[in-house]
Amino acid sequence: MRFKSQASNTSTASAPLWLKILAYGGLVFLHFPIAVILLNAFLTGDGTLSTNALWLSHLTLHWFSVAFAREDVISAILLSLKVASMATLLAILMGVMAAAALYKRNFFGKEAITTMLILPIALPGIITGIALLSAMSMLEISPSIWSIVVSHATFCVVIIYNNIIARFRRMPHNLVEASMDLGADGFTTFRYIVLPQLATALLAGALLAFALSFDELIVTIFTAGHEITLPIWLLNQLTRPRDAPITNVVAMMVMLITALPIIAAYYLTRGTETLEGSGK
Amino acid sequence: MMQSAVTSLSTTNTSNKTLRWLANTLYRKDNLFLLLLLTPPLLWFGVVYLGSLFALLWQSFYTFDSFSMLVTPDLTLENYRILFDATNFDIILRTLAMAVSVTIATALIGFPIAHYMTRYGSPAEKGFFYVAVILPMWASYIVKAYAWTVILSQQGVLYWCIHHLGLMSALNYILQIPNIGGNTLATSNLGRFIVFTYIWLPFMILPIQAALERVPSNLLQASADLGAKPAQTFRKILFPLVFPGVVAGSIFTFSLTLGDYIIPQLVGPSGLFIGTMVYTMQGSVGNIPLAAAFTVVPIILVSIYLAMAKRAGAFDAL
Repeated sequence: MRFKSQASNTSTASAPLWLKILAYGGLVFLHFPIAVILLNAFLTGDGTLSTNALWLSHLTLHWFSVAFAREDVISAILLSLKVASMATLLAILMGVMAAAALYKRNFFGKEAITTMLILPIALPGIITGIALLSAMSMLEISPSIWSIVVSHATFCVVIIYNNIIARFRRMPHNLVEASMDLGADGFTTFRYIVLPQLATALLAGALLAFALSFDELIVTIFTAGHEITLPIWLLNQLTRPRDAPITNVVAMMVMLITALPIIAAYYLTRGTETLEGSGK
Repeated sequence: MMQSAVTSLSTTNTSNKTLRWLANTLYRKDNLFLLLLLTPPLLWFGVVYLGSLFALLWQSFYTFDSFSMLVTPDLTLENYRILFDATNFDIILRTLAMAVSVTIATALIGFPIAHYMTRYGSPAEKGFFYVAVILPMWASYIVKAYAWTVILSQQGVLYWCIHHLGLMSALNYILQIPNIGGNTLATSNLGRFIVFTYIWLPFMILPIQAALERVPSNLLQASADLGAKPAQTFRKILFPLVFPGVVAGSIFTFSLTLGDYIIPQLVGPSGLFIGTMVYTMQGSVGNIPLAAAFTVVPIILVSIYLAMAKRAGAFDAL
């Protein structure tokens, strides 16, 4: 949509100056806190960008080595990576199944199923979190890494589902029929016709789901029990101002770890009609 | 050696054959295939997710004994009555007011950005804007919140700028306004409002941008040809067409602000929000029934909002 229709709706006149200022001003607002995080990670001293006007001469990599030597940092990162990978795998399985079932056929209850898939991200995260927690305590399941994975997969399914179903809808069905007419059976058709067309949408969806799970906090607090994922570690750090330099470094790394998959997903689905990243 | 290679070849052949047979049968028997595909997601969402949700709602009718601090499964409507106590109702109103003002602010800031990138941006500029909007949107929530606690603190960069621009007296004047101000930016409703607006802004920009993309520019040219001034074209042609997109974006900003419980803890005055109330009731107090009753508030508010949004055509703009 974005790139197809630009010829028809991009105006030839140049923008009024005030609009340009507002637009770029908005971008500055969106990136200012991110810039602060990036800068802070390299600062010496107590690690806050403060009244010290000479801070440009105080850049250092020292805090990186300190942060990486900390066992709690490493274990939080590893836990978050583990959770995000497993939640993404589960979400791929569920999301592809749901998309394959729902894209073509109309049947009773289809709307209800779509709504149900969207519900975990449409309702405030605190509701999902407290609902899963109270269900677990009723069934006497104690929170563990698995309860985090289950809760994350629940809201990641819709990300995969949205990406895949958009691709399915764009995929002409007569390709499948042509393949069958030429003598390929169902399996061969799936393997050589359907799967290659899904591949980029699948990868993009997986990257987004991974990024979403990697820095989820609202639901995780409820389902994590004593486990400390990276966002929970960061939240705990906020009560320890003396640790600020290490917090800054880890915050910057979290930023990078999530930014890379997002940019990759953008380039993978560019020029298609999937609205990647448009619903978190 | 040869023998084993042949057997392994034939086993892959038979396994391939069964796979093929399976794929073909499934292709022909549509309903069976559908059922097989839908069962796992339906079980997951129907049982695990909806099951937990309904269990939570059911618990909102349980009784909490404030002396023994125990929950008993005697059904009562008491928890819902407590919601309307003055202090609790204040929490609801406070959260609602914040959600509405954040929604309006994000629409006001987001519209020019979306408008500029769709209408005037070159293809490269458009791509740049798009990435520049989705990057902060997906950047870690807690890192963004943390960044703002650093920025808003009294040793932070914002105070530094305000001080050096000589605007301290203006800031102090704003901070004295009741309901908005506070002792410092970080403990004022204004600070909390800025952080909320920042964090949910991209969720508003993208739906507006998608709606703007669908407006053909010859409509606007026709309007200009017929003598309308730019402001008139905006008011009479562009805005009505894009309004569903604004509503679609506001669903996110409204719902996300209503349920948040981290930012109200980090920035702003001490008064509770719906989210922080649920969190304390569930956690330190252990009053799950009241916490559950409180979660019903955002569910109802969001449902009302969704019904209104549906009427405004927002779902076609999503």
